[in-house]
Amino acid sequence: MADNVAVAIIGSGPAGLSAAGHAAEAGLSHVLLEKMPHASDTIFKYQKGKYVMATPDILPLRSPFRFQAGAREEVLGAWDEDLAKHKVNVRYKAEVTRVKGKKGAFEISLTDGSKLTAENVILSIGLQGNLRKLDCPGAADAPHVQYQLDDPDEYEGETVVVIGAGDAAIENAVALSKQNTVLIVNRRDEFARAKQGNLDAVTAAIEKGVIQGYFNTAPVKVTPGTITLRTPEGEAEIKCDRIIARLGAIPPRQFVESCGVKFPNDNPASLPEVSRHYESNVEGLYIIGALGGYPLIKQAMNQGYEVIEFIRGNRELKPADEPLLEEKIKILPGVSVDAFLKRVRDNVPLFRELNTLLLRELMLDSEVRTPKPGEAIFTRNDYSNTFYTIVDGQVAIEVNPNDPTEVVLLGKGEFFGEMGLISGRRRTATIKAHSDCVLLETNRRSMIKLINSVEEVRRVMDQTAIARQIQTYLAPRLAKDDLADVLASAQAQHFMEGETLFNEGEIGDSVHLIRRGSVTVSRRIGGRDIVLSYVAAGNYVGEMALLSDAPRSATVRAAINHTETIRIEGQAFKRLMSRSEALRKEVEQKFGDRIQQNERMANAPEVGSIIQFLVDQGASEATDILLIDEALCVRCDNCEKACAESHDGISRLNREAGPTFANVHVPTSCRHCEHPHCMTDCPPDAIHRRPNGEVFIDDSCIGCGNCQRNCPYGVIQLAVRPPGKPSILNWLLFGAGPGPGQDKSAHPHGQKKAVKCDMCSGIEGGPACVRGCPTGAAIRVNPERFLSLATLGQR
Amino acid sequence: MNESVLVYRGFLYLKVATLLMLAAIVAYAVDRPLGMPNGGTWLGYGLGSIGAALILWLMWFGMRKRSYGPGKWRLEGWLSAHVYLGLSLIVIATLHSGFQFGWNVHTLAYVLMMLVIASGVFGVFVYLRYPALMTENRRGLTLTDILAQIAELDVECREQVMTLGDEINRTVLEASQNTRVGGGVLRQLSGRAPDCATARALKRVRELGDSIGSEGAEHVRRLIALLTRKDELLGRARRDVQIKAMLDIWLYVHVPLTFALIAALVAHVISVFFYW
Ligand SMILES: Cc1cc2nc3c(=O)[nH]c(=O)nc-3n(C[C@H](O)[C@H](O)[C@H](O)COP(=O)(O)OP(=O)(O)OC[C@H]3O[C@@H](n4cnc5c(N)ncnc54)[C@H](O)[C@@H]3O)c2cc1C
Ligand code: HEM
Ligand code: SF4
Ligand code: SF4
Repeated sequence: MADNVAVAIIGSGPAGLSAAGHAAEAGLSHVLLEKMPHASDTIFKYQKGKYVMATPDILPLRSPFRFQAGAREEVLGAWDEDLAKHKVNVRYKAEVTRVKGKKGAFEISLTDGSKLTAENVILSIGLQGNLRKLDCPGAADAPHVQYQLDDPDEYEGETVVVIGAGDAAIENAVALSKQNTVLIVNRRDEFARAKQGNLDAVTAAIEKGVIQGYFNTAPVKVTPGTITLRTPEGEAEIKCDRIIARLGAIPPRQFVESCGVKFPNDNPASLPEVSRHYESNVEGLYIIGALGGYPLIKQAMNQGYEVIEFIRGNRELKPADEPLLEEKIKILPGVSVDAFLKRVRDNVPLFRELNTLLLRELMLDSEVRTPKPGEAIFTRNDYSNTFYTIVDGQVAIEVNPNDPTEVVLLGKGEFFGEMGLISGRRRTATIKAHSDCVLLETNRRSMIKLINSVEEVRRVMDQTAIARQIQTYLAPRLAKDDLADVLASAQAQHFMEGETLFNEGEIGDSVHLIRRGSVTVSRRIGGRDIVLSYVAAGNYVGEMALLSDAPRSATVRAAINHTETIRIEGQAFKRLMSRSEALRKEVEQKFGDRIQQNERMANAPEVGSIIQFLVDQGASEATDILLIDEALCVRCDNCEKACAESHDGISRLNREAGPTFANVHVPTSCRHCEHPHCMTDCPPDAIHRRPNGEVFIDDSCIGCGNCQRNCPYGVIQLAVRPPGKPSILNWLLFGAGPGPGQDKSAHPHGQKKAVKCDMCSGIEGGPACVRGCPTGAAIRVNPERFLSLATLGQR
Repeated sequence: MNESVLVYRGFLYLKVATLLMLAAIVAYAVDRPLGMPNGGTWLGYGLGSIGAALILWLMWFGMRKRSYGPGKWRLEGWLSAHVYLGLSLIVIATLHSGFQFGWNVHTLAYVLMMLVIASGVFGVFVYLRYPALMTENRRGLTLTDILAQIAELDVECREQVMTLGDEINRTVLEASQNTRVGGGVLRQLSGRAPDCATARALKRVRELGDSIGSEGAEHVRRLIALLTRKDELLGRARRDVQIKAMLDIWLYVHVPLTFALIAALVAHVISVFFYW
């Protein structure tokens, strides 16, 4: 056994570099292990010249390594210099495969078979994971197999086999097919994971024969210059110049678990739990950086410094984010950060189990609010999606929109706002402060992260949410006690797009209250599924069979992925009706309405087809979608020009792109999704939703492009703000500068940020595309109101 | 799905324009001027001012269309008003003239105005009729898609002709090089191309095909299929260009005539005030 060090740091991203630098500076024996031949692979892989941002600005940097916003090359260059300057003991091409043992005697194995020992281990391997490799005989050492494609135009006249069914594989295949013969190999019978745009592109290319598609096919063998595929028709050997396997990355979780670190649950989004000192459940094994849940460079670097301090025994070091937290609680004079955190933990049962690190992180993403009695915290129909906990005081929920005096009080330790978080829809009630309050308003991302990583938070929230949803949507006037048996039978269910809640002809034994997503109701008529209606979250389905004691008269399907319902047993629902006069009346009324509506729709199948078309286009997860009536659109593109003119010359909509059905055209433009995909993975949390529903990207965007990849509708672009424009008169009369809507060219220098439709927020009069359309062809609609016979029937 | 310009807000501007016209007609009917009714009476001045103001306001639409600033306006509302108030000029200006026409600058202004209005009426007709035809003709593709498909068909055609002898090679090559979509204004508006190289090639290949032996027959069959498909796509592309041209061209009449009208109007006003 060769070396023994005090700390072994695995992974040389910003977190690992900073830790190693500080260890070197402090004279601690250390080694920094990096699997690549260079430092900081994640940043190394950024696009050339990318402007790296140093958010959050107010957070001080605490690291022997330099870091300030600038081009990728500058950042990496400074780090290489600092590595040398601090004489960091770094080993490249040293991929760690195993960490065994315990504090004082960890044994670390590398891919090359060598081993070393360390008293402490710091895991800073980030979240990028390892590219999944092709695992069939011959693939490992075949020269013509590759896992990345930098520039598709580099190849010409080759036969290329692309393996994979995700966006990366499709994009590569389509790009290569311009100059090469391309085969795409998919294990399944469709491209289920791909974005709509990519799906359309590859399907068209295969149909036209530009790309050969092999479905239900797996690679079985690779020899130099060939690949053997197992297709449904048998095995086939194919000559090829190049094999590009785009099989995604293996998340680092498995490796981390193999080190003995526990994850709170199976959710792929969950992160390992660590203590306030970044120590995992394995004593002596620390986790920092993106893997520890801190997705920004500066945070990662600070942690690298701090973790070394902790290991050196400085357990009292205050985290660098202390000034940020102090700033947040300035609103409460004389209260220290520690005292406030203690108060939160004492008063709010939901957060009691959180360790200090998690609580601090939560605080960083929260605001302390102190509304005065009578002050509104949020208003019914707002689209805000933050989550509130009551640290002190009482709030009043106005449960009856027609009578503001009818209120339900919530007190210290309770929480509210979870319904918006779950459904992604408008607030269902106005909530006001009842007494002097201290509230914690936490943003959506942190709450979702917390729900995914702390089981207890998920459980408590879900239980409370089910009770409140049933009360809100079904029985506003019933006391909680009257709901006990209903709650006992209630059960949350989850559906992917197209899955059925129940089928026509089945026995109706339950009612579904939709709490997230939406559904379509359809019936088979003349051998075809005819859509009868579209039902959005906040409504129930399945009551008809119950009332008439007949089999289900229609099939109900989830219109969008992750639709969630609360299933209530039929008997319990009937008891609920017998207790609540209002509910019984409403159900009976709805029963009649729905029969009528269904009969009308059965006779207007074209309306059903339009609903189905729009649902297929993802309209069902939109809060506000731009549609163009092609019977009126004169293709003048004034909508695009109006958009560009209102937004620094870059149009956020592409009028012509996008599908059309029965004159309804869905252009490429943001739909302001109920659960925006773009928000999923935004390192600085720059994407938010305003009370009126629009999803917008603020200035803290670092231009990483994650949102662009995550948006399935292809509506986000990365662009540089162009310089100003002359006035129209100047342009009209003197031809000065670019005219309205012209000049969409990106400016090569300057920092790129994500841009997309912001519904012309802050511009009086609302969306410029709609206002600028001379013929009234362009409209923005809310699907819930729009996808109905009433609006679509009168065409 | 949406309201067209004509029905905008329950025919609001039709109602406004009708009121304006009725008022003008009633005033004209009850007015007892000294001498002949014409632009020189008090009512004549009144109607003339309203008419001139309307014309200036109608012109302003060109600016309005290109100012995208904030505000509670909708361009559709402006166009709806433009259309109906523009039409009301027929009544207002005619009454203003007191039906006195002649070979002079006054009547020139009147005629130009009527021409602008006529072209506007044609424009509205085009706007209401052609968009749906365009969608129908495209069958879900964009013009770029159609042109890309045509380019691909060209490549496939050339693959088929390799072994088929010089003449077929030449015609097919010509078909891929000399086929045009669009062109001059008239060509665009006609939607046809009488001397289309692809149509010619198709005809020629069918003639020559008969004389080709069995070994080439399969290629000829495929070639005919490809050229037919290309011909069909070309038809659709040309129809698309035609419709787009229809949607655009009338504005090239409407707007220049508007400027001519303004010039005549200025001459008309000046001559009235200074040389009467
Ligand atoms: C495109 C993009 C743009 C971004 N832009 C910004 C920005 O402008 N500003 C900002 O603050 N943040 C940005 N981020 C986020 C930022 O890159 C990450 O937060 C940061 O890199 C996390 O640092 P880390 O040290 O935790 O992990 P990483 O930087 O991911 O480093 C992990 C290192 O560990 C190595 N490694 C992994 N496994 C092993 C193993 N088994 N053995 C040895 N070594 C291993 C890897 O090769 C890698 O070098 C961006 C992210 C992306 C994807
Ligand atoms: C004297 C009367 C009129 C004048 C001076 C006038 C002037 C104008 C002007 C300047 C434009 C702007 C064109 C551009 O810049 O793109 C315009 C557009 C238009 N006008 Fe008129 N107009 C008149 C009457 C009418 C009438 C009577 C109608 C219809 C019945 C009409 C229909 C239109 C239409 C449909 C547009 C196009 C809108 C668009 O696509 O942007 N106009 N007119
Ligand atoms: S950017 Fe895409 S994912 Fe985000 S709200 Fe808009 S459409 Fe939805
Ligand atoms: S502004 Fe209206 S008419 Fe013009 S292209 Fe856009 S939707 Fe069509």
